[in-house]
Amino acid sequence: MVSESRHGGSKKRYRISKRANQLSPSGIRKFFDLLASIEGVISLGVGEPDYATPWHIIESAIESLEKGQTMYTSNSGMPELRQELARYLHGHYGLDYDPNTELLITVGVSEALDLAMRAIINPGDEVIMPDPHYVAYDSCVILAGGKVVTVPTYEDDNFEISAADIEMNLTGNTRAILIGYPANPTGAVMSREKTEELTDVARHHGVLVISDEIYAKLVYGVEHVCVAALPGMRENTVLLGGFSKAYAMTGWRIGYAAAPAEIIAAMTKIHQYTMMCAPTMAQVAALEALKSGEESAAEMVEDYNRRRLFMVKGLRDIGLPCFEPKGAFYAFPSIRITGMTSEDFAEALLTEEKVAAVPGSAFGECGEGYIRCCYATSMADIEEALARMKRFVSKHRKD
Amino acid sequence: MLNDILKILENDAQTTPKQLAEMTGMSQSEVTKLIRQALKDRTILKYKAIINWDQVEDEQVWALIEVKLTPQKDVGFDSVAERIYRFAQTRTVYLVSGTYDLFVLVVGKSNHEIADFVSQKLSHIEGVKETVTQFVLKRYKEDGEIIEGKEEVKRQPVIL
Repeated sequence: MVSESRHGGSKKRYRISKRANQLSPSGIRKFFDLLASIEGVISLGVGEPDYATPWHIIESAIESLEKGQTMYTSNSGMPELRQELARYLHGHYGLDYDPNTELLITVGVSEALDLAMRAIINPGDEVIMPDPHYVAYDSCVILAGGKVVTVPTYEDDNFEISAADIEMNLTGNTRAILIGYPANPTGAVMSREKTEELTDVARHHGVLVISDEIYAKLVYGVEHVCVAALPGMRENTVLLGGFSKAYAMTGWRIGYAAAPAEIIAAMTKIHQYTMMCAPTMAQVAALEALKSGEESAAEMVEDYNRRRLFMVKGLRDIGLPCFEPKGAFYAFPSIRITGMTSEDFAEALLTEEKVAAVPGSAFGECGEGYIRCCYATSMADIEEALARMKRFVSKHRKD
Repeated sequence: MLNDILKILENDAQTTPKQLAEMTGMSQSEVTKLIRQALKDRTILKYKAIINWDQVEDEQVWALIEVKLTPQKDVGFDSVAERIYRFAQTRTVYLVSGTYDLFVLVVGKSNHEIADFVSQKLSHIEGVKETVTQFVLKRYKEDGEIIEGKEEVKRQPVIL
């Protein structure tokens, strides 16, 4: 449920840390408070699969619980899981990581991202990231004491971050480039060419790339380019991945980091004092997902692709220009024809037509003028949402 | 392309050509043409609903019948199978490997009706050597659909 505490309200009774105060409250929280109070809302807001985890994965976790597999695991994760993960990364990308020193199992990619930032950032270090970006990226940098430097990305460039723009923003304090492709919120995928340009800049200037590849498996008709697999990048990349999106395992909270041993060692130290280890049953489930989840994942991807085509066509048909998302499960239509801000649009859409979408501005300045619509929801809901949005757009369009 | 359409229809036969077109990126006329052809060449046999008859008073009795056959000269099992599947009571007829030859699913209005079918019709067919009838006590899952207690996935409003 939506948490009740909203930054203390008006009374300031407790002395909250500067660092916590520095984090901006999520701009979308109020929608979800509102959402919880309205009946019959169709939500295109939540970024998670609408499937339950495939049964064979759930079953493996239940079995482990029945057998009493309820203790801690090694800090870095079950050895079998790390070995299987090493095999997976080798099989998919030809990447060789030592399961004993170069892989860490984490509580979702969220934790892995936090650990990576805390492991490499000193006060004042700068981290470059695209705008718009996933809402946690800047917070993780700020929490680690770093400074966020955003590089605008545009629909005309397929929302790919440009190496030249990155280079322009490099300073002596630049520590890392943080990217996440396929991207949330745009659904953009980086082409091999653009990714290589980016990694050339990173390598040339000795800047690490933190690559959040949680949506790696969710690409439609294009390849996913793994940053760490590009020439010379294994030693220059912190690769973050997880199981939530491809195997419909969001609630299990399980992910991983793959990086050179020195970085993994630092991340593991923080992980061991804060998390101890990722939940054991979730690790068992992740092992099963890696071993035999490929087929269920592929089926879901096929299904998302149908909904993707349906959603994008539908949005364009009702007059909202929509960039073609080649990955993840988001459509990111422009709402400029209404003359409204993203936030006003999203709020009015919710109150007038009971459709929840996330204002693009929640993901950065370049997201203004767009809304994020997650199509990982039933076809019937997508269709109904589009019908309601059609009414809404024809009422509000200004062109 | 056709495969894609078939997969969608197998899961939801009510998907319209317009929806199919949007879901697959094909044009509506292409979709309609493919479906028409698939119906014509019997790739799509029929559109049906999966019904939970326990919800209505008009109850049904289901029986799984294992049938052992004596192979007939020249024609093998096929002609015997045909003489069985011609009966409207038989819903499914498979030739199977193992201890018996034909698996026959029969649906009737009462135990009595099924007993009659087995004793009066099935067992008299030439080539049928032996039958074992098993009445279905409860259906849990039908054609991929869980019959009772299928839980909807409930998502909490979260911010991501």
